[in-house]
Amino acid sequence: MSAKMITIDGTEVPFEAGQTIMDAALAADIYIPHLCHKPGLSPHGSCKLCTVDVDGRAVSACTLPAAEGQKIENNTPALNEVRKTITQMLFVEGNHLCPSCEKSGDCTLQAVGYHLGMLDGHFPQFYPRRAVDASHPTLMLDRDRCIMCELCVRASREIDGKDVFAISGRGTGRQLIVNSATGKLADSDIETDDLAAHICPVGAILIKDHGYEVPIGRRTFDLHSVAETDLEEIILKKTVHHDQDDESVEKEGGMYSA
Amino acid sequence: MSPSKKREACTVPKVRVATTSLAGCFGCHMSFLDMDERIVGLLEHVEFSRSPINDIKHCEPCDIGLIEGALCNADNVHVLKEFRENCKILIAVGACAINGGVPAMRNNFTLAECLEEAFLDEIGVDNPQIPNDVEIPLLLSKVHPIHEVVKVDYYLPGCPPPADAFVKILTDLLEGKEPSLPKDMLHYD
Repeated sequence: MSAKMITIDGTEVPFEAGQTIMDAALAADIYIPHLCHKPGLSPHGSCKLCTVDVDGRAVSACTLPAAEGQKIENNTPALNEVRKTITQMLFVEGNHLCPSCEKSGDCTLQAVGYHLGMLDGHFPQFYPRRAVDASHPTLMLDRDRCIMCELCVRASREIDGKDVFAISGRGTGRQLIVNSATGKLADSDIETDDLAAHICPVGAILIKDHGYEVPIGRRTFDLHSVAETDLEEIILKKTVHHDQDDESVEKEGGMYSA
Repeated sequence: MSPSKKREACTVPKVRVATTSLAGCFGCHMSFLDMDERIVGLLEHVEFSRSPINDIKHCEPCDIGLIEGALCNADNVHVLKEFRENCKILIAVGACAINGGVPAMRNNFTLAECLEEAFLDEIGVDNPQIPNDVEIPLLLSKVHPIHEVVKVDYYLPGCPPPADAFVKILTDLLEGKEPSLPKDMLHYD
């Protein structure tokens, strides 16, 4: 039986049962902009950047299962314009003052802004005033930069097995909280080596005493666009996957199969 | 260029450009000047109205206004409105003008906290008092990007934007084209 196919921007893309549109696109090296998605973690569907048109309906590519014969529009001016608006909303909702952020140049939100040609925030600034948590000896939390993608929540719960983070509150009052008795990072189990400590796509979770270490011009997104970097990451994982012995492949498979 | 051509070039009216720094650090103006010798070529097509690089006190009717800096006090708002009323095209230059920039970090505190820290509580303050002369423009309770007060036509991001970006946007406008920024000139930091 021939492989099942979907069509993304006119290109035929094969998929396996259980794969989402995002999974199939990434496997075929097609970039669909996204912030809250990471292969190996359960899909989230909060950032809405991966919105694509499937047979005329707007859906999130990271959550919709691929199905035989879907005609998907992804890289169109109209969709990218909507994505730019979403990115602008994320920027004005927080305090994204890139000139003073140690994640600048390594920030996926910023790189998505560049990718979409975003020049300004368009909307009035919220200027939120959310608490910084610098209680932990090696990590800190700047909640004004948090985009509530919940990558740290999922990484901590699904990979680290610690359940350190959660999102609390409603509407614009939502914010990242720490599941410790005091609500402080210092009183949680998080450690610098945890995936949750490194997965933040913006400058909300930071490793203390490490900042401004990479010269301008050599940071991640100075060298590569977000599309290239994202696909490279996948290609790297495939290579690692391929090179490992059976035992670790099994482990890896467990981590990265959704 | 032949002498006749030269005369002809002189008769073409120059594009008038005004520039100002509101709650800015003058870094965007320095980056503008970083176009180095290219400014000589630019001056063949452009003349400056009010700008920190000359002595003109008020913005005259202009084609292009370049605004650096956010809005942090009452005078900033007056100057911005003067520019908007006089400039056909207004450009928000740099991170501050676009989203408040680093000065907007003071929005995490109340104005009273900021003034008390600077003028009353800070170590080494003699005769502590918050300045209260009518000559001094009052601070706004928050720092704001300029598009929250006037209509902005174009945005030139960066802290500061690269000199090449100034050249590009001005060249596009002088040639009557819609300004566009190549990807390699687009950054927010």
